[in-house]
Amino acid sequence: MSLNDILDSLFPAGHAVAVNNKVISGEATTAQGTVAVLGTTDAAAIDHAMALALSAYILDTIEQHPGRPLVYLVDTSGQALSRSQELLCLNGSLAHLAQCVDLARRQGHASLSLVTANAVSGGFLSFGLMADRAYALADAQVRVMDLRAMARVTKIAHERLIELAADSPIFAPGAESYVRMGAIEAIWPAPSASLLEAALAAGGLAAPASDQRQYSGLLRGGRQLAAGIAKTVQNAARGA
Amino acid sequence: MIASLAARHSWFEATARARVAGLLDPGSFSEILPPAESSPSPHLALLDLPGAFDDGVVVCYGQLEKKPIFAIAQEGQFMGGSVGEIHGAKIVGMLRRAVKEKPAAVLFLIDSGGVRLHEANAGLIAISEIMRAVLDVRAAGVPVIALVGGSCGAFGGMGIVAKLCSAILISEEGRLALSGPEVIETVAGVEEFDSKDRALVWRVTGGKHRYLMGDCAMLVDDDIAAFRSGAAEFLAGWSEPAPSVAHLRAGQQALENRLAAYASYRDGLQVWAALGIAEPESVPLLDRDALVALKEGLPT
Repeated sequence: MSLNDILDSLFPAGHAVAVNNKVISGEATTAQGTVAVLGTTDAAAIDHAMALALSAYILDTIEQHPGRPLVYLVDTSGQALSRSQELLCLNGSLAHLAQCVDLARRQGHASLSLVTANAVSGGFLSFGLMADRAYALADAQVRVMDLRAMARVTKIAHERLIELAADSPIFAPGAESYVRMGAIEAIWPAPSASLLEAALAAGGLAAPASDQRQYSGLLRGGRQLAAGIAKTVQNAARGA
Repeated sequence: MIASLAARHSWFEATARARVAGLLDPGSFSEILPPAESSPSPHLALLDLPGAFDDGVVVCYGQLEKKPIFAIAQEGQFMGGSVGEIHGAKIVGMLRRAVKEKPAAVLFLIDSGGVRLHEANAGLIAISEIMRAVLDVRAAGVPVIALVGGSCGAFGGMGIVAKLCSAILISEEGRLALSGPEVIETVAGVEEFDSKDRALVWRVTGGKHRYLMGDCAMLVDDDIAAFRSGAAEFLAGWSEPAPSVAHLRAGQQALENRLAAYASYRDGLQVWAALGIAEPESVPLLDRDALVALKEGLPT
């Protein structure tokens, strides 16, 4: 599905969004008012320039439109893989972007992300997973690594990984696993204005800055240990 | 000189527990959820892989120069310090505890390649939770200091986490980056990044380069006592700023300037020359004190 089709379906009341170097930025009209729309398209491999374009737009929005909700559209194949990018500390620019997403939340901007096609590792960490809530379109690819590459790195037979992936959301690629693990709220059958507006309305009511993903993962049966262990560490009595 | 070398206790070679024990005031280290009270990862067991009772991370409290401190120490010798479900949850729990109890600082001893692929989704999501929790701790006014000098460095999602901390203390042996050189070589070819060229890898990802570029606040010797005194010195002069647009605007400007100036470079030698270092090829040979003096003498 083209970016324009996605935008038309999400924002039938109108949108003005530019694409520059695979980076999306602009605004759109919803029943909740104007929202900022930003993110990446065409399976962008996030590099310094893309990360800094996104973070600049977030900072502009915080300064010029206090409280305006942020809708992140995620289509990233991960981080750019090059020596010159690493030389300038690519993890630093991705961290800066993540910090801007986080600052917007602290300043009262509700946010959600929608994975439109691909969401992979570092690219997903830097903004999609930093939003208050993440959603995904039905055919979205969400993963750290595909199973064939994982087999090569872990030296576990590809067939064995396929077999285990059938019932393990812990490492099976796919948006459905991320729902069961608590990191994606829901899968949308298609981009939809009504689903987006419901999600924005739900986001506006929730308490900000509290990360509920471990608990969601527990309730949905995908991540059975994390919530309990974090709680134990938080509350353990100071021992002798 | 010889006596001080003999007394040196290498951070790089030490285990996570030895690092924490040497970092904090003697006898003050107390572990939460020690191995005797926890279980190894069932996800690794499912793959017939050996687990560790602490899942490769030590979370603890103690004191540094009598101030209350929380410490999180990844064990690079277990599965490359990688973040799985239990490993990540212990870190998140400790950071959330820091928001409530407000120690003087959280010391985060990072030694990790990032996500544990055997628990890929759990690891990625846990790193996202760690990222948010680090920022919550800082927003509560508690500094989070990353200490990087282990054999696995700080890579992948843990490289991002390191850069979300208040500051990074690194040794020459420490490495900090996003993708590992092996991954770049596999995907983009040996001409792009020869991961076997160790000198090149250090010129791109190593502690001296990151310090010269300002990505790390301090360069320390590969010595547990040096990390201890570095952390104490840093904390004595630091007050955690509240999150603000002004702060991130300044960071944005610095990153944009740097990208505009150096985007075409592919080797530390080129950047160091551009920074004003007269003999960039001498940098890998300098000891810690000489390098710090060199950086302090650079035009700003």
